Amino acid sequence: MNKLFLIILAASISASAHAQKYMTRTGKITFDATAPKSPEQIDAVNNEVAAILSAADGKLVFQVPVRSFKFQRDLMQQHFNENYMESDKYPKAEFKGGIEGKDAGIASTSGSHNVTVKGKLTIHGVTKEVSVPGKITVADKKVKLEATFAVKLEDYGISIPNLVADKVGKEAKITVNSELTGK
Amino acid sequence: MRCISTALLLLTCSFAGYGQSTDDLMSELDNATKTDKKEEVTATFKATRIINSSTVENLAAGVLDFRILHRFGRVSDGTENFFGIDNATTRIGLDYGVTKWLMVGIGHNTLGKTNDGFAKVKLLSQKVDGTPVSVSWFGGIAALGGKAPQMPPGMEYYFTHRLAYTNQLLIARKFSKKLSLQLMPSVVHLNLIDSSKFSNTMFSMGIGGRYKVSNRVAVTAEYYYRINNADMPFSGVTTYNSFSLGADIETGGHVFQLFFTNSQGITERSFINQTTDTWTDGQLHFGFNISRVFTVVRPKEFRNNAPAKNW
Repeated sequence: MNKLFLIILAASISASAHAQKYMTRTGKITFDATAPKSPEQIDAVNNEVAAILSAADGKLVFQVPVRSFKFQRDLMQQHFNENYMESDKYPKAEFKGGIEGKDAGIASTSGSHNVTVKGKLTIHGVTKEVSVPGKITVADKKVKLEATFAVKLEDYGISIPNLVADKVGKEAKITVNSELTGK
Repeated sequence: MRCISTALLLLTCSFAGYGQSTDDLMSELDNATKTDKKEEVTATFKATRIINSSTVENLAAGVLDFRILHRFGRVSDGTENFFGIDNATTRIGLDYGVTKWLMVGIGHNTLGKTNDGFAKVKLLSQKVDGTPVSVSWFGGIAALGGKAPQMPPGMEYYFTHRLAYTNQLLIARKFSKKLSLQLMPSVVHLNLIDSSKFSNTMFSMGIGGRYKVSNRVAVTAEYYYRINNADMPFSGVTTYNSFSLGADIETGGHVFQLFFTNSQGITERSFINQTTDTWTDGQLHFGFNISRVFTVVRPKEFRNNAPAKNW
């Protein structure tokens, strides 16, 4: 029994030593919420996204400071923060989840892999389960995460008044393009 | 049995170490992104003007604002002048955000055929749990147009006689999501006044504010108390302190401001010091400010993309 104890102890130590993590504070997320026939583009870029990926088990978290979304028009940015996202009340959007199924540990293998990421997405104080297809590219102590998915604004308690319904769509297309480096 | 349970306990512990929970990862991110930088308070006001007065809000860098300001005649004129609608004064102007902290503007007023220009500089920004107020300096110059007035014998009317200068300190605080107030100590200097009995330099204290009644509608008001020269007439007519009451209505692309005021003039010298109507006699003017903003220089994040569509 003592031997088993030692083996488990050794295994646990070696496992945590191998728990390689990748991180960024300058990840990029963009979104486009332009209504189909809108005369102007409703899109924004955020270059201050923080994320950590734990390579061995594929656990992944994102933190998005809402105020860091930059719009082409300052007025849109004001309205986005004040009326739609209420960023004073909900300063961050978050994702907590991981790479699904047998691919969970895939970030330990270099190359480009198509994966599905599942987890809880919190926007505007509302949390929903999401499942998102994406691409993960591992090379040279860096991991690149790419994904495109759509969220229904309604699902996250963001209401668009009729006045701007011809410009702001019911869905926002979110594009993640972030490079994480090994810690 | 004991051995097995210890082993199981260790096994679970080892897995916990092996894969931290997402909550642990999130707090790791929290620690990594923590900064001591205090966040700036934004949207103290919806627009760059309360009603007549400038606010501490500046246009963003690279944004051009085309403004049409309208003040109708006296409502008390009644049906004769269609409650003032027949006698409007207008200012058309262009404002531009040069940098985050500097904004400039020019305009032409139908009243007195006045041309004016101003600069507004952000000196301090209110911060969450930090600086309690935002402070801006406003400096304006206005030149009367039109024909030279009748001068006393032996006196000539020089161009400098047409000029008035305004200096204001705008001190604002956003008290809550809904309530913002602004104090405006002001100095207006007129190069030419009617009588040597009065001072060319006039001091006043303005106060203004807004209260949001919904996400898109706010009630606004502003008032100026004149410290000296309050009894100085304008063209022989008694003057009063300026008081305006209105509403900001936010639509998609701009803020529409509607209000009642006893001041028909739009430049600082007119509304602060040359208001000849009074609320108590119902000598009100209905007015509105409309603005349309154009993004001239796009934020750096968008410079590589297709050109911005302004319409």
